[in-house]
Amino acid sequence: MEQLLNLFVKAVFIENMALQMFLGMCTFLAVSKKIETAIGLGVAVMVVQVITVPANNFIFNNLLREGALDWLGMPELSLQFLGFLCYIGVIAAIVQILEMFLDKYVPALYNALGVFLPLITVNCAILGSTLLMVERDYSFPESVAFGLGSGFGWALAIVALAGIREKLKYSDVPEGLRGLGITFITVGLMSLGFMSLSGVSL
Amino acid sequence: MSSVKQILLTPLFENNPIALQILGVCSALAVTTQLSVTLVMCVALTTVTAFSNLFISMIRNHMPSSIRIIVQMTIIASLVIAVDQFLQAFAYEISKNLSVFVGLIITNCIVMGRAEAFAMKNPPVLSFLDGIGNGMGYSLVLIVVASIRELFGSGSLLGFQILPLIENGGWYQANGLMLLSPSAFFIIGFFIWALRSVKKDQVEAREFRMASQSTHDGAF
Repeated sequence: MEQLLNLFVKAVFIENMALQMFLGMCTFLAVSKKIETAIGLGVAVMVVQVITVPANNFIFNNLLREGALDWLGMPELSLQFLGFLCYIGVIAAIVQILEMFLDKYVPALYNALGVFLPLITVNCAILGSTLLMVERDYSFPESVAFGLGSGFGWALAIVALAGIREKLKYSDVPEGLRGLGITFITVGLMSLGFMSLSGVSL
Repeated sequence: MSSVKQILLTPLFENNPIALQILGVCSALAVTTQLSVTLVMCVALTTVTAFSNLFISMIRNHMPSSIRIIVQMTIIASLVIAVDQFLQAFAYEISKNLSVFVGLIITNCIVMGRAEAFAMKNPPVLSFLDGIGNGMGYSLVLIVVASIRELFGSGSLLGFQILPLIENGGWYQANGLMLLSPSAFFIIGFFIWALRSVKKDQVEAREFRMASQSTHDGAF
């Protein structure tokens, strides 16, 4: 249990998806102008992350990895090269199912998330954490903790950036730096801040 | 002929995928600590973008629009698998260094963005060139960032020592920050600043106007 908690804290602060691993940057920069939308997107990413990372972990361990198809009498078969195709398919399917489910049963949340849900399919934070999970060979419970942690960390970062940007729009920024340029520099400073947490040993 | 040149060259400065379209930023930041790794990433991305544009453009008239995203994803993922297998077979060290970022070409917004914005509306050859052009625009930013980071972070370029380090009896103290994540953000921020100082039309509009100083003084 303690180990899972460590993994969660590590994924949130030390290996923050957005600020340390640079994943999901496109949406991170494009959808961080308002705090409300940032919270909506952050929650959506977290939910999708918690479902897809364990799902992909299950698929990887039971279908793709070398020796996983032992029960079919093919112990030497390794389907790892199909990995990318499977993961992205699983992510797209789960996002679609989640969208239909929310539309039917939780319309309030569905309306709040709106356009962000389909966008999440192409968010590299989701595919990125699945690939990291495969690379680090996490077990099933570990993958749940990692998915939750990385999603939460990403949500935390985007909400913090949106907060800063809401204040920043009143300031007098040099012409060429306005908009995207200053956002990059702000994110750089935030990343510097998060780096100070990397000394925390768990 | 001029349109071919235009398609190839506009993504370099006029409509740069990273600096203006904000596409494909993630990998631009993560793989730029070493120039050699960056070059491989650039070639991989340009190949995938060009071929995905080509194939998607070829079947664009036979694709029902309701399932086009899935079809595009499948094509892109297959191309990325081919690139990844190729790298693992012929450049294993570099493929280890790139780790998850080869796989992340699938979700790189440049590939999807160009497929959706250009390849769905244009014939195959032009789409192929557009893919190459955008790949080059992406490579340009990456190569500049990676050169700065490797030169100042470890005093070398492509592994050759350019600035002799103090540890080895030279005069240059390596700047460790350059190898860490925040520097990538700063460099791209400044790159955008430089680009927009030259190309004034890319400057974003102000959301609020500054109150002018004189009226403020007049109140007292």
